[in-house]
Amino acid sequence: MLIGKQSWIFQSKPAIIATGVSGGPFEREGLLPEAFDILHDDLWMEEPSYEQAHRLLIEEAVEVALKKANLTNDDIQFIIAGDLINQITPTSFAARTLGIPYFGIFGACSTSMEGLALSAFIVNNKGANYIVTGAASHNAAAERQFRYPTEYGGQKPPTAQWTVTGAGFAIVSHSTPNQTEFPKITCATIGKVVDLGISDPFNMGGAMAPAAVDTIKTHLKDTGRKITDYDLIVTGDLGKIGYSVALDLLHGDGLNIPEEKFKDCGLLLYRDDQPVQAGASGAASSATVIYGHLLKQMKAGVYKKILCVATGALLSPLTVQQKETIPCIAHAVSIEMDS
Amino acid sequence: MLAMFFWAFVVGGAICVIGQLLFDVAKLSPGHTLSALVVTGAILDGLGLYEPLMDFAGAGATVPITSFGNSLVHGALQEAERHGIIGVITGMFEVTSSGISAAIIFGFIGALLFKPKG
Repeated sequence: MLIGKQSWIFQSKPAIIATGVSGGPFEREGLLPEAFDILHDDLWMEEPSYEQAHRLLIEEAVEVALKKANLTNDDIQFIIAGDLINQITPTSFAARTLGIPYFGIFGACSTSMEGLALSAFIVNNKGANYIVTGAASHNAAAERQFRYPTEYGGQKPPTAQWTVTGAGFAIVSHSTPNQTEFPKITCATIGKVVDLGISDPFNMGGAMAPAAVDTIKTHLKDTGRKITDYDLIVTGDLGKIGYSVALDLLHGDGLNIPEEKFKDCGLLLYRDDQPVQAGASGAASSATVIYGHLLKQMKAGVYKKILCVATGALLSPLTVQQKETIPCIAHAVSIEMDS
Repeated sequence: MLAMFFWAFVVGGAICVIGQLLFDVAKLSPGHTLSALVVTGAILDGLGLYEPLMDFAGAGATVPITSFGNSLVHGALQEAERHGIIGVITGMFEVTSSGISAAIIFGFIGALLFKPKG
Protein backbone atom coordinates (compact mmCIF):
# COMPACT_ATOMS: atom_id res chain seq x y z
CA MET A 1 0.00 0.00 0.00
CA LEU A 2 1.30 3.45 -0.91
CA ILE A 3 2.04 5.68 2.04
CA GLY A 4 3.17 9.27 1.68
CA LYS A 5 4.79 10.23 -1.59
CA GLN A 6 7.04 7.33 -2.50
CA SER A 7 6.87 4.63 0.18
CA TRP A 8 5.14 1.30 0.57
CA ILE A 9 3.82 -0.34 3.72
CA PHE A 10 3.61 -4.12 3.50
CA GLN A 11 0.67 -5.13 5.71
CA SER A 12 1.35 -8.86 5.36
CA LYS A 13 5.01 -8.39 6.39
CA PRO A 14 6.74 -10.68 3.87
CA ALA A 15 9.55 -12.67 5.48
CA ILE A 16 13.12 -13.30 4.40
CA ILE A 17 13.09 -17.07 4.87
CA ALA A 18 16.63 -17.81 3.71
CA THR A 19 19.74 -16.15 2.33
CA GLY A 20 22.76 -17.26 0.30
CA VAL A 21 25.99 -15.31 0.18
CA SER A 22 29.13 -16.02 -1.85
CA GLY A 23 32.44 -14.15 -1.94
CA GLY A 24 36.04 -14.02 -3.10
CA PRO A 25 39.52 -14.13 -1.59
CA PHE A 26 39.59 -10.52 -0.43
CA GLU A 27 36.35 -10.99 1.48
CA ARG A 28 37.83 -14.07 3.20
CA GLU A 29 40.63 -11.85 4.54
CA GLY A 30 38.14 -9.18 5.71
CA LEU A 31 36.22 -8.59 8.93
CA LEU A 32 33.17 -10.71 8.10
CA PRO A 33 34.22 -14.06 6.60
CA GLU A 34 31.46 -15.75 8.63
CA ALA A 35 28.87 -13.74 6.66
CA PHE A 36 29.65 -15.83 3.57
CA ASP A 37 28.30 -19.30 2.87
CA ILE A 38 30.84 -19.85 0.09
CA LEU A 39 34.27 -18.22 -0.21
CA HIS A 40 36.56 -18.62 -3.20
CA ASP A 41 40.35 -18.65 -3.02
CA ASP A 42 40.94 -16.66 -6.19
CA LEU A 43 39.13 -14.24 -8.48
CA TRP A 44 39.00 -16.67 -11.42
CA MET A 45 37.07 -19.36 -9.51
CA GLU A 46 38.23 -21.88 -12.12
CA GLU A 47 36.25 -20.06 -14.80
CA PRO A 48 37.78 -18.82 -18.10
CA SER A 49 36.92 -15.15 -17.46
CA TYR A 50 36.14 -12.83 -14.54
CA GLU A 51 32.67 -12.25 -15.96
CA GLN A 52 31.96 -15.98 -15.87
CA ALA A 53 33.29 -16.13 -12.31
CA HIS A 54 30.84 -13.29 -11.60
CA ARG A 55 27.99 -15.44 -13.00
CA LEU A 56 29.12 -18.37 -10.86
CA LEU A 57 28.94 -16.27 -7.67
CA ILE A 58 25.28 -15.52 -8.41
CA GLU A 59 24.37 -19.12 -9.20
CA GLU A 60 26.06 -20.35 -6.03
CA ALA A 61 24.43 -17.76 -3.77
CA VAL A 62 20.96 -18.61 -5.14
CA GLU A 63 21.59 -22.35 -4.84
CA VAL A 64 22.68 -22.00 -1.22
CA ALA A 65 19.60 -19.92 -0.39
CA LEU A 66 17.31 -22.51 -2.05
CA LYS A 67 18.99 -25.34 -0.16
CA LYS A 68 18.64 -23.56 3.17
CA ALA A 69 14.93 -22.94 2.50
CA ASN A 70 14.51 -26.53 1.34
CA LEU A 71 13.09 -25.35 -1.98
CA THR A 72 13.87 -26.11 -5.62
CA ASN A 73 14.10 -23.74 -8.58
CA ASP A 74 10.57 -24.80 -9.60
CA ASP A 75 9.12 -23.52 -6.32
CA ILE A 76 10.30 -19.98 -7.04
CA GLN A 77 8.03 -17.69 -9.07
CA PHE A 78 10.52 -14.96 -9.89
CA ILE A 79 14.11 -13.92 -9.54
CA ILE A 80 14.67 -10.14 -9.31
CA ALA A 81 18.34 -9.29 -9.48
CA GLY A 82 21.10 -7.34 -11.14
CA ASP A 83 24.79 -6.45 -11.21
CA LEU A 84 27.10 -3.73 -12.55
CA ILE A 85 28.42 -5.23 -15.77
CA ASN A 86 27.18 -4.02 -19.18
CA GLN A 87 23.62 -5.18 -19.85
CA ILE A 88 23.75 -7.10 -16.50
CA THR A 89 24.89 -10.23 -18.36
CA PRO A 90 26.28 -12.09 -15.30
CA THR A 91 22.81 -12.01 -13.69
CA SER A 92 20.97 -12.79 -16.92
CA PHE A 93 23.30 -15.69 -17.66
CA ALA A 94 22.82 -17.01 -14.12
CA ALA A 95 19.04 -16.72 -14.63
CA ARG A 96 19.49 -18.84 -17.78
CA THR A 97 21.13 -21.57 -15.69
CA LEU A 98 18.60 -21.30 -12.86
CA GLY A 99 15.55 -21.40 -15.15
CA ILE A 100 13.50 -19.14 -12.87
CA PRO A 101 11.29 -16.42 -14.48
CA TYR A 102 13.46 -13.33 -14.32
CA PHE A 103 13.24 -9.59 -13.77
CA GLY A 104 16.65 -8.07 -14.54
CA ILE A 105 17.07 -4.76 -12.73
CA PHE A 106 19.80 -2.14 -12.70
CA GLY A 107 20.15 0.25 -9.79
CA ALA A 108 23.95 0.13 -9.67
CA CYS A 109 24.86 -0.54 -6.03
CA SER A 110 21.29 0.15 -4.88
CA THR A 111 20.10 -2.97 -6.74
CA SER A 112 19.89 -5.09 -3.57
CA MET A 113 17.23 -2.94 -1.89
CA GLU A 114 15.49 -2.12 -5.19
CA GLY A 115 15.03 -5.86 -5.64
CA LEU A 116 14.00 -6.45 -2.03
CA ALA A 117 11.40 -3.65 -2.13
CA LEU A 118 9.91 -4.96 -5.40
CA SER A 119 9.91 -8.54 -4.11
CA ALA A 120 8.15 -7.56 -0.89
CA PHE A 121 5.59 -5.56 -2.89
CA ILE A 122 4.82 -8.49 -5.19
CA VAL A 123 4.62 -11.04 -2.34
CA ASN A 124 2.54 -8.65 -0.24
CA ASN A 125 0.06 -8.35 -3.11
CA LYS A 126 0.01 -12.13 -3.62
CA GLY A 127 1.78 -11.92 -6.97
CA ALA A 128 4.12 -14.67 -5.88
CA ASN A 129 4.71 -17.16 -3.08
CA TYR A 130 8.49 -17.19 -3.32
CA ILE A 131 10.83 -14.65 -4.89
CA VAL A 132 14.61 -14.80 -4.99
CA THR A 133 16.21 -11.38 -5.00
CA GLY A 134 19.74 -10.09 -4.74
CA ALA A 135 22.72 -8.36 -6.28
CA ALA A 136 26.29 -9.20 -7.17
CA SER A 137 29.58 -7.66 -8.24
CA HIS A 138 33.08 -8.89 -9.09
CA ASN A 139 36.13 -6.76 -8.36
CA ALA A 140 38.19 -7.49 -11.47
CA ALA A 141 35.20 -7.40 -13.84
CA ALA A 142 34.07 -4.03 -12.45
CA GLU A 143 37.57 -2.56 -12.43
CA ARG A 144 38.00 -3.48 -16.08
CA GLN A 145 34.71 -1.91 -17.05
CA PHE A 146 34.62 1.22 -14.92
CA ARG A 147 38.28 2.07 -14.36
CA TYR A 148 41.32 0.33 -15.80
CA PRO A 149 42.23 -3.34 -16.06
CA THR A 150 44.06 -4.27 -12.85
CA GLU A 151 47.22 -5.19 -14.79
CA TYR A 152 47.42 -1.67 -16.19
CA GLY A 153 48.37 -0.50 -12.72
CA GLY A 154 46.56 2.85 -12.83
CA GLN A 155 46.96 4.83 -9.61
CA LYS A 156 43.92 5.26 -7.38
CA PRO A 157 43.35 8.25 -5.10
CA PRO A 158 42.49 7.66 -1.41
CA THR A 159 38.82 8.51 -2.11
CA ALA A 160 38.47 5.47 -4.41
CA GLN A 161 36.68 2.37 -3.12
CA TRP A 162 37.20 -1.36 -3.55
CA THR A 163 34.52 -3.28 -5.47
CA VAL A 164 33.31 -6.29 -3.50
CA THR A 165 33.58 -9.71 -5.12
CA GLY A 166 30.45 -11.51 -4.08
CA ALA A 167 26.74 -12.12 -4.38
CA GLY A 168 24.02 -11.81 -1.76
CA PHE A 169 20.59 -13.31 -2.31
CA ALA A 170 17.45 -13.65 -0.20
CA ILE A 171 14.23 -15.62 -0.57
CA VAL A 172 11.14 -13.54 0.17
CA SER A 173 7.89 -15.30 1.06
CA HIS A 174 4.61 -14.90 2.95
CA SER A 175 4.76 -14.88 6.69
CA THR A 176 2.34 -15.65 9.47
CA PRO A 177 2.06 -13.42 12.54
CA ASN A 178 3.32 -16.13 14.90
CA GLN A 179 6.49 -16.71 12.88
CA THR A 180 9.11 -14.96 14.93
CA GLU A 181 12.21 -16.66 13.59
CA PHE A 182 12.36 -14.77 10.29
CA PRO A 183 13.23 -11.12 9.66
CA LYS A 184 10.22 -9.39 8.06
CA ILE A 185 9.98 -6.59 5.54
CA THR A 186 7.60 -3.92 6.78
CA CYS A 187 8.05 -0.94 4.50
CA ALA A 188 10.20 0.54 1.78
CA THR A 189 10.96 3.93 0.28
CA ILE A 190 11.93 4.23 -3.37
CA GLY A 191 14.50 6.94 -3.90
CA LYS A 192 14.65 9.62 -6.54
CA VAL A 193 17.77 10.40 -8.56
CA VAL A 194 19.88 13.07 -6.87
CA ASP A 195 22.83 14.80 -8.55
CA LEU A 196 24.79 17.47 -6.74
CA GLY A 197 27.32 17.87 -9.52
CA ILE A 198 30.20 15.62 -8.47
CA SER A 199 31.91 14.21 -11.55
CA ASP A 200 34.89 12.36 -10.03
CA PRO A 201 34.28 8.60 -10.45
CA PHE A 202 36.94 8.03 -7.80
CA ASN A 203 34.76 9.71 -5.19
CA MET A 204 31.45 7.93 -5.60
CA GLY A 205 30.80 7.80 -1.85
CA GLY A 206 30.76 11.59 -1.70
CA ALA A 207 28.47 11.72 -4.72
CA MET A 208 26.03 9.16 -3.25
CA ALA A 209 25.75 10.61 0.27
CA PRO A 210 23.09 13.25 -0.61
CA ALA A 211 20.93 10.54 -2.26
CA ALA A 212 21.11 8.41 0.90
CA VAL A 213 20.17 11.36 3.10
CA ASP A 214 17.31 12.35 0.77
CA THR A 215 15.84 8.84 0.90
CA ILE A 216 16.22 8.57 4.71
CA LYS A 217 14.48 11.94 5.19
CA THR A 218 11.69 11.03 2.77
CA HIS A 219 11.26 7.65 4.45
CA LEU A 220 10.77 9.26 7.86
CA LYS A 221 8.35 11.82 6.41
CA ASP A 222 6.31 9.29 4.42
CA THR A 223 6.02 6.70 7.18
CA GLY A 224 5.82 9.07 10.15
CA ARG A 225 8.61 7.12 11.81
CA LYS A 226 11.37 8.72 13.83
CA ILE A 227 15.07 8.09 13.52
CA THR A 228 14.99 6.68 17.07
CA ASP A 229 12.50 4.01 15.94
CA TYR A 230 15.42 2.19 14.34
CA ASP A 231 18.18 0.30 16.15
CA LEU A 232 20.33 0.76 13.09
CA ILE A 233 20.28 2.69 9.84
CA VAL A 234 22.78 1.18 7.44
CA THR A 235 23.87 2.54 4.08
CA GLY A 236 25.19 0.40 1.23
CA ASP A 237 28.61 1.60 0.13
CA LEU A 238 29.26 5.22 1.04
CA GLY A 239 32.79 4.48 2.28
CA LYS A 240 34.73 6.73 4.65
CA ILE A 241 34.14 9.97 2.76
CA GLY A 242 30.52 9.40 1.86
CA TYR A 243 29.76 8.23 5.40
CA SER A 244 31.07 11.40 7.02
CA VAL A 245 29.34 13.57 4.39
CA ALA A 246 26.03 11.75 5.05
CA LEU A 247 26.43 12.08 8.82
CA ASP A 248 27.11 15.83 8.46
CA LEU A 249 24.08 16.27 6.17
CA LEU A 250 21.81 14.38 8.60
CA HIS A 251 23.04 16.41 11.56
CA GLY A 252 22.67 19.58 9.50
CA ASP A 253 19.00 18.68 8.98
CA GLY A 254 18.51 18.22 12.70
CA LEU A 255 18.47 14.43 12.52
CA ASN A 256 20.91 13.75 15.32
CA ILE A 257 21.66 10.11 14.81
CA PRO A 258 24.42 8.71 17.01
CA GLU A 259 27.35 7.20 15.12
CA GLU A 260 26.80 3.73 16.57
CA LYS A 261 23.29 3.66 15.10
CA PHE A 262 24.39 4.79 11.65
CA LYS A 263 26.68 2.40 9.81
CA ASP A 264 27.86 1.72 6.30
CA CYS A 265 28.19 -1.75 4.79
CA GLY A 266 31.23 -0.48 2.87
CA LEU A 267 33.00 0.13 6.18
CA LEU A 268 31.98 -3.13 7.84
CA LEU A 269 33.39 -5.60 5.33
CA TYR A 270 37.15 -5.09 5.26
CA ARG A 271 39.92 -4.67 7.79
CA ASP A 272 41.71 -1.33 8.04
CA ASP A 273 44.98 -2.81 6.83
CA GLN A 274 43.46 -4.11 3.59
CA PRO A 275 44.27 -1.76 0.67
CA VAL A 276 40.67 -0.73 0.03
CA GLN A 277 41.22 3.05 0.19
CA ALA A 278 37.92 4.58 1.35
CA GLY A 279 36.09 1.24 1.85
CA ALA A 280 34.03 -1.31 -0.04
CA SER A 281 31.69 -0.56 -2.91
CA GLY A 282 29.79 -2.48 -5.54
CA ALA A 283 26.35 -4.03 -5.75
CA ALA A 284 27.53 -6.87 -3.50
CA SER A 285 28.57 -4.52 -0.69
CA SER A 286 25.06 -4.03 0.70
CA ALA A 287 23.82 -7.43 -0.52
CA THR A 288 26.51 -9.50 1.24
CA VAL A 289 26.65 -7.45 4.46
CA ILE A 290 22.86 -7.17 4.90
CA TYR A 291 21.96 -10.72 3.86
CA GLY A 292 25.07 -12.39 5.26
CA HIS A 293 25.83 -10.42 8.40
CA LEU A 294 23.10 -8.06 9.57
CA LEU A 295 20.21 -10.53 9.25
CA LYS A 296 22.22 -13.01 11.34
CA GLN A 297 22.73 -10.29 13.95
CA MET A 298 18.99 -9.59 13.92
CA LYS A 299 18.24 -13.25 14.50
CA ALA A 300 20.76 -13.23 17.35
CA GLY A 301 18.84 -10.33 18.89
CA VAL A 302 21.44 -7.60 18.36
CA TYR A 303 19.03 -5.49 16.30
CA LYS A 304 15.24 -5.59 16.14
CA LYS A 305 14.48 -2.95 13.57
CA ILE A 306 16.86 -1.78 10.88
CA LEU A 307 16.59 0.49 7.87
CA CYS A 308 18.76 -0.65 4.97
CA VAL A 309 19.59 2.18 2.55
CA ALA A 310 21.42 0.85 -0.50
CA THR A 311 23.10 3.60 -2.50
CA GLY A 312 23.88 3.55 -6.22
CA ALA A 313 25.95 5.74 -8.54
CA LEU A 314 24.21 5.68 -11.92
CA LEU A 315 27.22 6.38 -14.11
CA SER A 316 28.75 4.56 -17.03
CA PRO A 317 32.33 4.65 -18.33
CA LEU A 318 31.03 6.65 -21.31
CA THR A 319 29.35 9.34 -19.20
CA VAL A 320 32.58 9.69 -17.20
CA GLN A 321 34.60 10.17 -20.40
CA GLN A 322 32.08 12.74 -21.56
CA LYS A 323 32.64 14.56 -18.24
CA GLU A 324 29.05 14.25 -17.06
CA THR A 325 28.23 14.48 -13.37
CA ILE A 326 27.22 11.38 -11.40
CA PRO A 327 23.47 10.93 -10.75
CA CYS A 328 22.90 8.88 -7.61
CA ILE A 329 20.04 6.99 -6.01
CA ALA A 330 19.20 5.25 -2.76
CA HIS A 331 16.41 2.84 -1.85
CA ALA A 332 15.44 2.11 1.74
CA VAL A 333 13.86 -1.07 3.10
CA SER A 334 12.85 -1.57 6.71
CA ILE A 335 13.52 -5.05 8.11
CA GLU A 336 12.17 -6.03 11.51
CA MET A 337 12.08 -8.97 13.88
CA ASP A 338 8.70 -9.72 15.46
CA SER A 339 8.99 -10.24 19.16
CA MET B 1 80.07 11.87 -9.37
CA LEU B 2 77.90 12.48 -6.31
CA ALA B 3 76.71 15.76 -7.79
CA MET B 4 75.58 13.83 -10.91
CA PHE B 5 73.56 11.43 -8.76
CA PHE B 6 72.05 14.36 -6.91
CA TRP B 7 70.93 16.20 -10.04
CA ALA B 8 69.68 12.99 -11.69
CA PHE B 9 67.51 12.44 -8.62
CA VAL B 10 66.26 16.02 -8.49
CA VAL B 11 65.49 16.39 -12.21
CA GLY B 12 64.01 12.88 -12.62
CA GLY B 13 62.00 13.38 -9.44
CA ALA B 14 60.78 16.79 -10.59
CA ILE B 15 59.48 15.31 -13.87
CA CYS B 16 57.62 12.65 -11.87
CA VAL B 17 56.18 15.31 -9.56
CA ILE B 18 54.87 17.19 -12.60
CA GLY B 19 53.29 13.95 -13.84
CA GLN B 20 51.70 13.30 -10.43
CA LEU B 21 50.33 16.86 -10.32
CA LEU B 22 48.84 16.50 -13.80
CA PHE B 23 47.22 13.32 -12.53
CA ASP B 24 45.99 14.50 -9.09
CA VAL B 25 45.44 18.24 -9.48
CA ALA B 26 44.65 18.68 -13.18
CA LYS B 27 42.69 15.37 -13.02
CA LEU B 28 44.14 14.13 -16.31
CA SER B 29 43.71 10.43 -17.03
CA PRO B 30 46.85 8.23 -16.99
CA GLY B 31 46.79 8.23 -20.82
CA HIS B 32 46.56 12.01 -21.02
CA THR B 33 49.34 12.45 -18.44
CA LEU B 34 51.60 10.12 -20.40
CA SER B 35 50.91 11.91 -23.70
CA ALA B 36 51.42 15.35 -22.15
CA LEU B 37 54.87 14.34 -20.89
CA VAL B 38 55.89 12.80 -24.23
CA VAL B 39 54.78 15.92 -26.11
CA THR B 40 56.62 18.14 -23.62
CA GLY B 41 59.83 16.17 -24.21
CA ALA B 42 59.34 16.53 -27.98
CA ILE B 43 58.81 20.29 -27.75
CA LEU B 44 61.83 20.74 -25.47
CA ASP B 45 64.04 18.92 -27.97
CA GLY B 46 62.60 21.00 -30.82
CA LEU B 47 63.75 24.06 -28.90
CA GLY B 48 67.14 22.43 -28.34
CA LEU B 49 66.69 22.23 -24.58
CA TYR B 50 66.47 18.49 -23.87
CA GLU B 51 70.05 17.61 -24.88
CA PRO B 52 71.55 20.07 -22.38
CA LEU B 53 69.17 18.70 -19.73
CA MET B 54 70.43 15.15 -20.40
CA ASP B 55 74.03 16.32 -20.20
CA PHE B 56 73.25 17.93 -16.90
CA ALA B 57 71.03 15.33 -15.22
CA GLY B 58 71.92 12.05 -17.00
CA ALA B 59 69.45 9.29 -16.19
CA GLY B 60 67.26 11.86 -14.45
CA ALA B 61 66.34 13.09 -17.93
CA THR B 62 66.76 9.92 -20.03
CA VAL B 63 64.64 7.53 -17.92
CA PRO B 64 61.33 9.47 -17.62
CA ILE B 65 58.90 9.21 -20.53
CA THR B 66 59.73 12.79 -21.64
CA SER B 67 62.93 11.37 -23.17
CA PHE B 68 60.78 9.30 -25.54
CA GLY B 69 59.35 12.52 -26.99
CA ASN B 70 62.87 13.89 -27.17
CA SER B 71 64.07 10.79 -29.06
CA LEU B 72 61.19 11.00 -31.57
CA VAL B 73 62.01 14.58 -32.53
CA HIS B 74 65.75 14.08 -32.27
CA GLY B 75 65.76 11.17 -34.72
CA ALA B 76 63.42 13.03 -37.10
CA LEU B 77 65.64 16.15 -37.18
CA GLN B 78 68.84 14.12 -37.57
CA GLU B 79 67.52 12.17 -40.56
CA ALA B 80 65.93 15.27 -42.05
CA GLU B 81 69.36 16.83 -42.28
CA ARG B 82 70.65 13.84 -44.23
CA HIS B 83 67.66 12.79 -46.36
CA GLY B 84 65.35 15.78 -46.43
CA ILE B 85 61.62 15.51 -45.76
CA ILE B 86 61.53 11.69 -46.04
CA GLY B 87 64.08 11.58 -43.25
CA VAL B 88 61.52 13.12 -40.87
CA ILE B 89 59.35 10.03 -41.35
CA THR B 90 62.10 7.40 -41.23
CA GLY B 91 64.11 9.12 -38.52
CA MET B 92 61.27 9.36 -36.04
CA PHE B 93 61.45 5.69 -35.18
CA GLU B 94 65.18 5.22 -35.80
CA VAL B 95 66.27 6.20 -32.30
CA THR B 96 63.14 4.90 -30.61
CA SER B 97 62.89 1.59 -32.45
CA SER B 98 64.72 -0.37 -29.72
CA GLY B 99 62.25 0.82 -27.10
CA ILE B 100 59.19 0.12 -29.26
CA SER B 101 60.45 -3.31 -30.36
CA ALA B 102 61.28 -4.21 -26.74
CA ALA B 103 57.73 -3.25 -25.69
CA ILE B 104 56.24 -5.50 -28.40
CA ILE B 105 58.58 -8.45 -27.76
CA PHE B 106 58.28 -8.39 -23.96
CA GLY B 107 54.54 -7.80 -24.25
CA PHE B 108 54.31 -10.90 -26.42
CA ILE B 109 56.38 -13.00 -23.99
CA GLY B 110 54.26 -11.73 -21.10
CA ALA B 111 51.06 -12.67 -22.96
CA LEU B 112 52.40 -16.20 -23.57
CA LEU B 113 53.28 -16.70 -19.91
CA PHE B 114 50.25 -15.12 -18.24
CA LYS B 115 46.55 -14.67 -18.90
CA PRO B 116 46.56 -11.49 -20.98
CA LYS B 117 42.81 -10.89 -20.95
CA GLY B 118 42.43 -10.20 -17.22
